[in-house]
Amino acid sequence: MSPVYYLYLAALLFTIGAAGVLIRRNAIILFMCVELMLNACNLAFVAFSRLHGNLDGQIIAFFTMVVAAAEVVVGLAIIVTVFRSRHSASVDDASLMKL
Amino acid sequence: MSGALAAAATTTSTGEAVQFWVLGTVAVIGALGTILMRKAVHSALCLAGTMIVLAVFYLANGAYFLGVVQIVVYTGAIMMLFLFVVMLVGVTAADSLKETLKGQRWLAALCGLGFGILLAAGIGNASLTTWNGLGQANSGGNVEGLAALVFTKYVFAFEITGALLITAAVGAMVLTHRERIERARSQREQSEARVRTGRNVPPLPAPGVYARHNAVDIPGLLPDGTTSELTVNATLRGRGQIRDVSGEALAELAALEQRSERWLGRKPKGEDGKGANGTPANGTSANDAGNGANGNDAKRNDANADGKGVDERSEDAEHHKGVAT
Repeated sequence: MSPVYYLYLAALLFTIGAAGVLIRRNAIILFMCVELMLNACNLAFVAFSRLHGNLDGQIIAFFTMVVAAAEVVVGLAIIVTVFRSRHSASVDDASLMKL
Repeated sequence: MSGALAAAATTTSTGEAVQFWVLGTVAVIGALGTILMRKAVHSALCLAGTMIVLAVFYLANGAYFLGVVQIVVYTGAIMMLFLFVVMLVGVTAADSLKETLKGQRWLAALCGLGFGILLAAGIGNASLTTWNGLGQANSGGNVEGLAALVFTKYVFAFEITGALLITAAVGAMVLTHRERIERARSQREQSEARVRTGRNVPPLPAPGVYARHNAVDIPGLLPDGTTSELTVNATLRGRGQIRDVSGEALAELAALEQRSERWLGRKPKGEDGKGANGTPANGTSANDAGNGANGNDAKRNDANADGKGVDERSEDAEHHKGVAT
């Protein structure tokens, strides 16, 4: 098996995540799909790190994880706030900036 | 393993190939489950599975530190945060299947397919002939190598990361914090208000306690045998998650009474010693034994009286017998 297959798997996971963002309308599931895309990118970074034989790819993947953690914290707080005011987590319902 | 990685130029070992195909299938199934499951809890669990598989892939690719961080941070912290928010927002809130834009799903799936083909074609066209492997880079230890890079070449990005994390924590607190507008009512004021309205002055009744069931979602019984909605928590009442076991309990009680009477040698009510069967509804058999010609009639009557309580049924059958004779 060639290690290139890791890149194909990463591309497949990224595609599934992107399709999920387009298809689903529950804000929490959209967030999960974004996480899936970030994870797929991390897998590609780790595979490239092995390809090039240095650790820079792993450092970038590490920073991606940190940014993803911060993003999830703020994003879920926004979802909870929107749910409190509108009693719905669907992104279709949030069509106005202010209720 | 690092030596083997350094030796492997363009191919990997058979074991890694088997691992890749088995776990890669699991990862893709988990990803598909994430976007196809209707309930958010199921999606979160599928995504957690995919993330654990990715952690194994990181370990297989020589990123030992990242593999552990993936499990601790992603599946341990981020996915649990997701589950907490799903619980807050409502577990039972399933996604609606109504399309607001016509044909949007198929277009989205088509876009995804095209995008995937583009990515795969790009990877296929790249000339990735040699794989250096991480044997040399990991020779001093993976964590030590990462630490050396983080604190030298990437130290500025690392500092910025600290500022980002502080901002995220403060932002989450600011977003979810709610200022209390009115003063909280004290316990005395609440009890005074309760007495003034005159409704539910004493504490609310407790949920039902049965021999085999004792939980908050089981309503208690009123003296006439019907269930009392007041004994169940208002949230469970609103969700319709009340588990009614009173019919079961009453049937069990009737069966128990009959068994004990048989054990004591007494004749059960409405029976003349011949047909001592164990079923709670003994009206039919009593009729069969008593007046054979009338048995079918009594059965039909019994079937008509379906849905009534046990006692009512036997009474009905007795009544029928009396009329016929």
